[in-house]
Amino acid sequence: MAAGAVEARELRKVFGDTVAVDRLSLSVARGEVFGFLGPNGAGKTTTVNLLLDLVRPTSGEALILGRPPGDPDTKARVGFLPEHFRFPSWLTATGFLHMHSRLMGLPAAKRRALVPEVLERVGLADRGSTKLGAFSKGMTQRIGLAQAILGEPELVFLDEPTSALDPLGRREVRDIIRELRDKGVTVFLNSHLLSEVEVTCDRVAIVKDGAVVRTGTLDELTGAAVELDVTADGLTPELVAGLERWGATSRQSERRITVILHGRDDVPAVADWLVRGGASLHALEPRRASLEEMFVHIVGDQL
Amino acid sequence: MSDLPRAVAPGLGKPTADETWLGGAHPATRGAAGRLSPARHARNVALIAQLTFLEAYRRWVLWAVALLGSAFVALFAIGFFFIHREVTQQSRVGEVVEVSDFILLAGLYAAYFLVVVLALLTSIDTISGEIASGRIHTVVTKPVGRGDIVAGKWLGFAAMLTVFAAVLCGSIIGVVWLIADYLPPSPVQGVALIILAGLVVLSLSILGGTRLTTLTNGIAVFMLYGLAFIGGWIEQFGAFLQNQTAVNIGIVISLLMPAEAMWKRAAYEMQPASMRLLVIHPMAAVTSPSNVMVAYTVLYVAVAVAAAVVLFRRRDL
Repeated sequence: MAAGAVEARELRKVFGDTVAVDRLSLSVARGEVFGFLGPNGAGKTTTVNLLLDLVRPTSGEALILGRPPGDPDTKARVGFLPEHFRFPSWLTATGFLHMHSRLMGLPAAKRRALVPEVLERVGLADRGSTKLGAFSKGMTQRIGLAQAILGEPELVFLDEPTSALDPLGRREVRDIIRELRDKGVTVFLNSHLLSEVEVTCDRVAIVKDGAVVRTGTLDELTGAAVELDVTADGLTPELVAGLERWGATSRQSERRITVILHGRDDVPAVADWLVRGGASLHALEPRRASLEEMFVHIVGDQL
Repeated sequence: MSDLPRAVAPGLGKPTADETWLGGAHPATRGAAGRLSPARHARNVALIAQLTFLEAYRRWVLWAVALLGSAFVALFAIGFFFIHREVTQQSRVGEVVEVSDFILLAGLYAAYFLVVVLALLTSIDTISGEIASGRIHTVVTKPVGRGDIVAGKWLGFAAMLTVFAAVLCGSIIGVVWLIADYLPPSPVQGVALIILAGLVVLSLSILGGTRLTTLTNGIAVFMLYGLAFIGGWIEQFGAFLQNQTAVNIGIVISLLMPAEAMWKRAAYEMQPASMRLLVIHPMAAVTSPSNVMVAYTVLYVAVAVAAAVVLFRRRDL
């Protein structure tokens, strides 16, 4: 039996003249939060649809929890939140979740226990009897997330789960994803929100034109490079020029500069240089080089 | 920055023929690796049917048509009451029976039309609409077979149609029985045939929905129904004028779309023998569709549903 949660090999999907997915291969280990990143039209949603048996591949193979897509036993262990999620508007939140738990094949006693619990987890505990038609976009996304995690799945596919949420909502989704990971659930996250992916994912694949162009952990992708934000008084031009030996600098303001270091190990040396040079150091903030820069670089390059 | 190897991840080993890569075969058949048990399929179908039935019950279309039907029954009752009084005062008993039956069949023809309208309007968007809106995606990814979804939807609507038709036709028959103390021959068979006609339209609507958009589907099924209607007339005239070509055209059309033929048979069943050759009108059955035709229609419905299952299974969503 395959060890991975998701394995895809040379998946290809052609719609008429358009090649949506072009010999895409990837591998997602159990229990990790896997980010699927790419510009619009890169084939992210089509790939997810291929993995979920919503769409049949033109060629190539995939395994979900060790079985081909569409295997009924696997479907009971997989959750899915589509990008454009819709539901019957006259059902209440509770009624809707009961319907989906029945579709999952959960017995009645389990349903009665699970539905309120899931509503609680997505923050809709007090909206159980509200009709879904009255839900806001944010609430819609939450109830969508609820039906995705309903059957205590081993693998969850989330296609742009935070697109309609305000920052508070996004944080809650992040928390839910973290909880899932803590429980050993594998999460496959489709997103074009780099900041979200940066914070949540263990590994990331970058997709362009239907194929994976780069995969790895965030550290692997951005390298060990560190952006150091320095806030200090007395930053003389000589002092700043001297920083160049560690990496490129850019001046943000009178008191703030950013230095791109090769690694975190350089931080103490920079601090030392500044202090010895007479600067009053107020703040030193090392940050991983942003995913966005790397993403634009990779995706832009391939154009 | 390194890529992971494009091929299989380390630790997986080389896939062999009995391992889960299916020996390198195309996963061209959906669900190739696992199957649900028949019991589970049955449960899924029942679940979807129940959900569909409850959903239809909540849609305004059902209540609009029910209201229309109720209004019709009321008007029918009033109209028949006065006609009956008129006729009993002026005519002999035999004529009263003929008039009662004639008007009953006229009423049932309207009921049959309402049943067809209901079948069309409620089911026309059940698959195509849910695909377009994205509602179906979270259902299809659950452990419910695509065939179960189609069969369940069909069953749910079929149940709704049956109840509606039984109540509507029953009311019209009841009105005539109450006012004129007249019950047509074979009322149960007649109503059953009307329901079968409705099921024909339902099955075409569900079949169309697996491939066409809601609008295209609606137009296609409606046009087929119109064709059947015209075909019925052609066949009647052909039989009356003894023109075999016209009769044949009518037969071909009813093979394409047997709903109207089922109505003809229903009308034939519910007319006393004396009336059968009377005049040309939609309720007359100069020729009656045979038992073979009825069996064909049942098969037609089964094939339409089976085709819908196959098409929906293959469809990219």
